[in-house]
Amino acid sequence: MEHIISLLVENKFGVLSRVAGLFSARGYNVDSLSVGPTVDPSMSLITISTRGDDQVLEQITKQLNKLIDVIKVVDLTEKEYVERETALIKIHTRAEDRAEVFRIIEIFRARIVDSTPTTYTVEITGDAKKVEAFINQLRPLGIKELVRSGRIAIARDDAKAAAGDQKRRQTVVEAK
Amino acid sequence: MKLTGAEIFVESLKREGVKTVFGLPGGVVLKIFDVLYGDKDLDFVLVRHEQAAIHMAEAYARATGKVGVALVTSGPGATNTVTGLVNANMDSCPIVVFTGQVSTNLLGNDAFQEADIVGISRSCTKHNFLVKDVTDLATTVKEAFYLAASGRPGPVLVDIPKDVSMASAEFHYPDKVYIRSYNPTYDGNKWQIKQAAEAMLRAERPILYVGGGVINANGSDELLALAELLNIPVTMTLMGLGAFPGTHPLSLGMLGMHGSHATNMAVHHCDLLIAVGSRFDDRVTGKISEFVPHAKIIHVDIDPASIRKNIHVDIPIVGDSKSVLHDLLEQARALLGGKRREGRTPWLAQIAQWQSERPLTYKADPKVIKPQFVIDMIYRRTRGEAIISSDVGQHQMWTAQFYKFIHPRTWLNSGGLGTMGYGFPAALGAQRAFPDKPVVCITGDGSFQMNLQELATAMAYDLPVKVAIINNGYHGMVRQWQQMFYQGRYSASRLEGGPDYVKLAEAYGAVGLRATEPHEVEEVLEEAFAVRKLVLMDFQVDPFENCYPMVPSGGAINQMIYEDPPAAGDGRSQPQHETKESNLPA
Repeated sequence: MEHIISLLVENKFGVLSRVAGLFSARGYNVDSLSVGPTVDPSMSLITISTRGDDQVLEQITKQLNKLIDVIKVVDLTEKEYVERETALIKIHTRAEDRAEVFRIIEIFRARIVDSTPTTYTVEITGDAKKVEAFINQLRPLGIKELVRSGRIAIARDDAKAAAGDQKRRQTVVEAK
Repeated sequence: MKLTGAEIFVESLKREGVKTVFGLPGGVVLKIFDVLYGDKDLDFVLVRHEQAAIHMAEAYARATGKVGVALVTSGPGATNTVTGLVNANMDSCPIVVFTGQVSTNLLGNDAFQEADIVGISRSCTKHNFLVKDVTDLATTVKEAFYLAASGRPGPVLVDIPKDVSMASAEFHYPDKVYIRSYNPTYDGNKWQIKQAAEAMLRAERPILYVGGGVINANGSDELLALAELLNIPVTMTLMGLGAFPGTHPLSLGMLGMHGSHATNMAVHHCDLLIAVGSRFDDRVTGKISEFVPHAKIIHVDIDPASIRKNIHVDIPIVGDSKSVLHDLLEQARALLGGKRREGRTPWLAQIAQWQSERPLTYKADPKVIKPQFVIDMIYRRTRGEAIISSDVGQHQMWTAQFYKFIHPRTWLNSGGLGTMGYGFPAALGAQRAFPDKPVVCITGDGSFQMNLQELATAMAYDLPVKVAIINNGYHGMVRQWQQMFYQGRYSASRLEGGPDYVKLAEAYGAVGLRATEPHEVEEVLEEAFAVRKLVLMDFQVDPFENCYPMVPSGGAINQMIYEDPPAAGDGRSQPQHETKESNLPA
C-alpha cells in the first residue's frame, strides 16, 4: 500500500543523506521525496512517499525514528490529509495541436507559465492522481521535458487527527 | 581562559572519565598528540593498525561497561576503522571513535589523506559528527559519549578537522546534554509488564532467551532472580553468554545454528518464549516460519525497531533489560505472594531427557588433538574466572559450546558481523583494562593472522595475554561447509605458508609453545599460565573435526545434523596435518 510519511528533522547537513541512506540500505522504496524549511528555522520537513505492507511500514517508521536527527515521524496515510504535487511540463506545440493543448489545460485547471514558438511550459498542481492523469492526456501530444516536485502533504485538522489517535488507541486496548 | 581545540579535546575526554585511548597518530592529529605528550592522566595505547584500535576499544567497553575510545588520523587511518565500527554497531557496543580530518578549507578537495569518513561511516555508526567550529567541540564530545552509552549502545564517530584542533576557544564543558530528537525509553510499560508476568506464571513450558542486551544493561542479577523465582530455563545467544551462569542448573547454554540438541528442542517445543535483549537473528531462529511454532512471544528490547523486525511478537515491551527484568520480578513476586513458581517438573524433566539423549560432547582421541579438548582444558584451568575472547569460526562455536561462562562481561566476541581478526586485539583491550585478570584469546590460525601485527602492541605494553591458536591449517568453518554442502571441494580454504607460531612469538620476544599430541596440551597450558608474559600456543588439532550439532542455513532449529555423514568424500583420506619439518620445535 502507498504511504506518505512526514518527517520533521533537524536542519543540519547530512540529514537527508541519513534518511535516503536508510531507505537504500534496507531496500525500501522511495516513490517521491521533497524537502523544505519549516516555520522554525532549526527544523526541516521531509515528505516521502513509499510503498509496503504494514510490517514494512512499521519497520520504516521505527528505523526513521531511530535516526538521531529525526524529531518526529508521522504516517499521514493513517490520518485525514491533503496532498499536493506540482509538475512543470514542456510540450511540443505544433499549430494543429494548440487547441487540444488549451482544452486539456482548461479541463485540469493548469496554466501556461512560459511559451516559445515551438513549446508551451505548463504548470499543474493537484494530488498525485490528478497530475498523473494530466500527464497522460498530454503524452500523445509530445512531452519534451517533465519536472515533478514530489508529493507534499499535511494532516487536515489537528483536533480531528488527535481524536483519530484516541480512537485507534482504544481499539488497540480492546484488541488486547 | 582560551584553549586550543586539541586541548579542549583532551580536557573533554578527562571530563568524561576516560582513562585509556587506543589509536595511532598521523598528520592532521599531530596537534592533539602533542597535547597527549607527557600527559599523566590519559593512558594512550599505540596500536600497529587502526582496525585493532577499534576492537581494543570495543573489548575495553565490553569488559568494563564504560565507553571505549579510539583516536586515529584522517584518510587511511579513518577508513581502517570501518570494520570495527560495523562490528560495534552490530553488537551494540558503546565506543567513540575520533578521526582527524583535513582542514575545513580543504574538505571535498581530494586533499592528501582526505576521506569522507562521515559519509562512509553514516550507515555503520549510531550517529556521527563533523566538527566544523572549535566552539562546538566540547559539546559534540559530550553528545558523542551520551549517544554511545545511552539507549541501545553503539559506536559514535567524531571527525575533527586539523584547523579545528589548532583554533582556540573558551572551554566550557556542559554538565549534561539534551538532544530533543533522542529520548530512549528505559522503563517498560506497566500494563505490558503485568501481562508478561501473568503469561510467565501461566506458561507450562517457558524459555527465557536472552542476548547481549542483558549484559549491556547489567541486568544479570535480575535475570538470575527471575529465572529462579519462576523456574524458567535460560538459553543465551552467542552475545548473551555470561548473562546467566553457564553452570546453573537452569542454564541451557547457547541456542541456534550450533546450539545443543536439548536447547534447540526446548526452544522449539516451548509454549512461551521470553526474549530479553536479543533480536531473533537468523543464526538463532533458523527458518523463521518454523521457529517456536507452539509459543507466544514476549520481547523485551530497548530498541523499538528490534521488536517485530523478524517475527510476530505477542507482548512487546520497549525498555532497558535491567529495568524491565526488575519490574517483571516485582510483578511476579506480587502475583506469587512470596512463593516460587513450582510445577514445572514435566517440562524440566523433558529437557533433561533431551540432554541425556544427545549431550553436547566430543570424541577424544589418543593420537590427535581434538579442538574441543583444548577448550575444555582451558575451561578446567580457569573455571569461568578468566576473560575469554574468541575470533570467528569453528573455534568460536566450540568455545561457546564448551566454555561455561559464569560472569557477564567475560566473553568478548564478534557476534553480528563475524569479524575474523577481532579476538586478539580484543584480548589486549581487555587486558589493558584489567592488568591482573587472566585473559585468554581462543583463536584460529586463519583469524589470528588477520591482526597478528598486534603482537608488538602486546609486547610494548606488557600485556600478558594467553593466545591459544586452534591450528587446523584451514579456514575451518569454510572447510566444514565445503565438506557438507560442496562435496568436499576445498576451494581456497586450505591455509598454507606457515608461519611457525613458536618462532613468530620468539621474534617478538614473547613465549611460543606448541602441542601436537593430546598429552602435550596440559603441559603447554601449565607452562603458559605459569609465566606473566604474552604467550602464543600453537595447538595443532585435527583438521577435519567439524562443529556439531549444526542447523543447516535456512533449516528449522529442531532439525539438526549431529555428526559427519558416513564416508561421502569427507576428505579424511588426506593426511591429517601437513606439518612441515621446519615447523616442528627443535
